[in-house]
Amino acid sequence: MENNYKAVPILSSEITPKSLYYNRRDFLRAAGILTGSALLAACAPSVSGQAVPTPGNMAAYAGKTDELGAPLNSYEDITNYNNYYEFSTAKDAVAPLSVNFKSHPWSVAVGGMVNKPQTFAIEDLLKMFPQEDRIYRLRCVEAWSMVIPWQGFPLASLLKAVEPTSDAKYVAFTTLMDTTQLPAEASSFYPWPYTEGLRLDEAMNDLTLLVTGLYGDPLPPQDGAPIRLVVPWKYGFKGIKAIVKIDLVDTQPETFWKTIAADEYGFYANVNPDVPHPRWSQASERRIGELTRRATLPFNGYGDKVASLYQGMDLKLNY
Amino acid sequence: MSISERIKQFPYTPIQIAMHLYAWSALVRMIFDLFTNHLTANPIEAMEQLTGRHTLALLVLSLACTPLNTLFGWRELLKRRRALGLYALMYATIHVIIFVNLDFGIAWSLILQTVIQRSYIVFGSIVFFLLIPLGITSFDIWKVRLGKNWKRLHQVIYFAAPIAVLHYALATKGDIFHLTGNIEEPLVYGLVVLVLLILRIPFLRRFFSSFRSRVVSLFFRQNSQRKLGTQKRLEDQRIRE
Repeated sequence: MENNYKAVPILSSEITPKSLYYNRRDFLRAAGILTGSALLAACAPSVSGQAVPTPGNMAAYAGKTDELGAPLNSYEDITNYNNYYEFSTAKDAVAPLSVNFKSHPWSVAVGGMVNKPQTFAIEDLLKMFPQEDRIYRLRCVEAWSMVIPWQGFPLASLLKAVEPTSDAKYVAFTTLMDTTQLPAEASSFYPWPYTEGLRLDEAMNDLTLLVTGLYGDPLPPQDGAPIRLVVPWKYGFKGIKAIVKIDLVDTQPETFWKTIAADEYGFYANVNPDVPHPRWSQASERRIGELTRRATLPFNGYGDKVASLYQGMDLKLNY
Repeated sequence: MSISERIKQFPYTPIQIAMHLYAWSALVRMIFDLFTNHLTANPIEAMEQLTGRHTLALLVLSLACTPLNTLFGWRELLKRRRALGLYALMYATIHVIIFVNLDFGIAWSLILQTVIQRSYIVFGSIVFFLLIPLGITSFDIWKVRLGKNWKRLHQVIYFAAPIAVLHYALATKGDIFHLTGNIEEPLVYGLVVLVLLILRIPFLRRFFSSFRSRVVSLFFRQNSQRKLGTQKRLEDQRIRE
């Protein structure tokens, strides 16, 4: 289903810098490594893990791209390369380990500083809020990215339904805490359960999506079934999975990665090539499926829609 | 020659064969996985991590030889240190080549910016540049040329191995200094390296090797009396070196 989401023409920042492009080619030619690269290019960089049944209507997504013209990542890649530490820290191990995750029955408790707190069953959410097709880029803090066709509804719709009071300033999210379903929550190296948060205006932005589907099918467990958050202009760890609780609060909520290393993972976590992670650069990223690295875009290329939220803020301080 | 004589003349020990098989197995498996698409959706990162981890494993194995000999009198392991170290250098080189070539396409300005911003790469570079002279001087002729200094040079590995663990720990999403996040594997490697280095402290080394001979003498009275003499003499010689 289409919506108000508009396409944007290709930006010049999207184009690989000329020096980078020619520099690499000359060396490769000279060293004769071009053969090796050609060999690698011949192997379609797909992945084989637990085979997830391909969605029924893949044809509907053939040839689709994000608004900058980049192709969608394959369903196989999206469902077999997951950072979901509740199952495993190995990205390709999450799919087989999450096969028996029970995402039904499921409910999301929405409360806190709202006039109409309620608990929604997942079926109610799907009925009340029509699902939209949104193709978003996901940029991980580890410096890789994908282009993903999500189905979901704007978080703003849900928040309007529960009517936040004037005191509410932030939205806090919590993941399911259950070691029988999410076994690695037993690990004491992490402050489970996974929590995340947004400022109210970030949560009300049209881009912020509560996602329930992928490629036209319900979300598979390894991608955050049955409902997850996607905030495309922030690093992927803001996209909390398997949400059970949404609270409206007046103080900045604690978030998982910020608790682990506050000097490395901030509350805002806006994608910003000029603000490096203390231990690595965020200036470039590897788009999964591509052989060469890409320059990272400010706000992951969504600056025209969200930069105004941060006017006057020092983005190096508020990382 | 009878078969048993031929077997005795076979120049390679079981440990040697196992070691060479283990050392090459990671590369063979990686290439196989690469061409059968078993290397996750991000094969370049997967290869960087596989070669890096195998380098560390080989370094740890080479560091384990001397303590295992100290504890159990397993003399053959002392002859395996060189091969293990050279294999570690081999995988470290592949690891660096993948990073420079495949990951960054030999874009030197981008690499420089990345190296400066990624502190863990600085540590990795230090380890790599320390391993190179160790590899070059691994041949016997260098023992003659360097004399006493050969052993001192190769003791650099006691510094390089912990830096390699630090490189690994700083490359993950976790905080090794506060023991939070994705640091379980680097932590285990760090603890193992620490133990292997502690077992080299001279008074501990003497304690363990004499402990061993005393334990052996408990079970094998006559043999131990004869062996103790020569073993003790050789042990003292090696410790003094």
